[in-house]
Amino acid sequence: MYVAVKGGERAIESAHAWLAEERRGDTDVAELSIAQIREQLKLAVDRVMAEGSLYDPDLAALAIKQSRGDLIEAIFLIRAYRTTLPRFGASDPVDTGAMACDRRISATFKDLPGGQVLGPTFDYTHRLLDFKLAADGDVPEAPTRESVPGDVPHVTEFLNREGLIEEAPRDDTPPPDLTREPLGMPADRALRLQALTRADEGFTLGLAYSTQRGYARNHAFVGELRIGPVAVEMEIPELGFAIEIGEMTLTECETVNQFKGSKTEPPQFTRGYGLVFGQSERKAISMALVDRALRWEELGEDNVGAPAQDTEFVLYHADNIQATGFLEHIKLPHYVDFQAELELVRKLREDAISAQVPEAAE
Amino acid sequence: MKDTFDENAERKAWMGLLAKAPEGRVAALLDAAMSRPEFTWLRAPEIGSTMVRGRAGGTGAPFNIGEMTVTRCALTLASGEVGHAYIQGRRKSDAEAAALVDALMQGSNASAVREAVLDPLEAERFAAKTARAEKAAATKVEFFTMARGED
Repeated sequence: MYVAVKGGERAIESAHAWLAEERRGDTDVAELSIAQIREQLKLAVDRVMAEGSLYDPDLAALAIKQSRGDLIEAIFLIRAYRTTLPRFGASDPVDTGAMACDRRISATFKDLPGGQVLGPTFDYTHRLLDFKLAADGDVPEAPTRESVPGDVPHVTEFLNREGLIEEAPRDDTPPPDLTREPLGMPADRALRLQALTRADEGFTLGLAYSTQRGYARNHAFVGELRIGPVAVEMEIPELGFAIEIGEMTLTECETVNQFKGSKTEPPQFTRGYGLVFGQSERKAISMALVDRALRWEELGEDNVGAPAQDTEFVLYHADNIQATGFLEHIKLPHYVDFQAELELVRKLREDAISAQVPEAAE
Repeated sequence: MKDTFDENAERKAWMGLLAKAPEGRVAALLDAAMSRPEFTWLRAPEIGSTMVRGRAGGTGAPFNIGEMTVTRCALTLASGEVGHAYIQGRRKSDAEAAALVDALMQGSNASAVREAVLDPLEAERFAAKTARAEKAAATKVEFFTMARGED
């Protein structure tokens, strides 16, 4: 029997109206502006841009306001908006070697050209709540020092004279794009990196941590971590040359990993790579560790059956919008499905009881 | 390729500068200097996206990082010059101002436009970049070796 069910409209409208009111909260408290979110909750904005896969700080701030700070909901809004935009083209690959580094550190080489630049980091803070922030927002100006202009070369570039670190030779193969073609297996490294850079931070962190704890351990060191703006260039067909169309902050992490060699590769340090929108260093490091774990096949390593080595498992579960969409749909009406299940269970029970009755009578 | 003379280098430089200018800044500088010339749209301002790419390992095979919002437009001045703009973000009026400056830079008024719009933009950008670089430089670690009393 099919029963059409209507009648939720009024309830839904009221729910949305109340949501709007709850979003605003106590009207005696000043309303948040988009600019305040963009400037003061910057790392949340960066996460929404990275996992929403669209670099636009104002839109990400708006999404955070609309979602009441639920970042996955905000990412969902950004993903939905993204699909409405016509695609003008693809940029030339960004040159992270020309990044104006706000932060640039290496955990493997102490003295390196360009130096260890800490930048605006939480590292070395004591993680004690600062009640002064609750009282007033005045901050003294940060100290300055004369800077040396010029690009900061990548660590691996000038420390690989011995050839002990795996090279990343230039290659101009056009990459696959999972926003155009559904994600399919086998996935090459370019596709894996695209999936990982927009993957859920928590999921990526958990997988990366699992490799550190011994599930496909690959002994990662942070060879280099850098954060800062890079220029984005695109070929403009009507001009016939490339121009800079903007600038974005990226976080890049290169790991160097111990590698004993395999049937195909000599002993050397191999590399994992993370590159993420915004200031997102936990995510970038996680991405590099998971990237390295997923490279087992091309490096001729053994598959030890660890979750982080399973490309299909990692890539098909890393997207929080796909995951939350499927997970949360089970709270929506399943009355008919459930009615069928109910009928089935009743029938099974009846059968089980009637099967027992003759025994009980004996 | 980098060693060869690039005949478009100047235009590339100003278009890049216009694309990265803060919101409203190009229009403010342009309008303070001159009245806007007559023009017709070749392509009215349009908001879209560009897929941004990186390279595996920084130098290897390209991959897609994600998109960025971009506004583009193209126009023709009454005097015939064609101006283009591709600028970051969703900023139609900024794209219009950038395309106007691009067109004006190809005409007889170029040096006045450079002085009124591009030079201040460049100076402001340089100052902002320098201020940030100087803060970063102040966080550079200076290692020193402590003498250990073992020998």
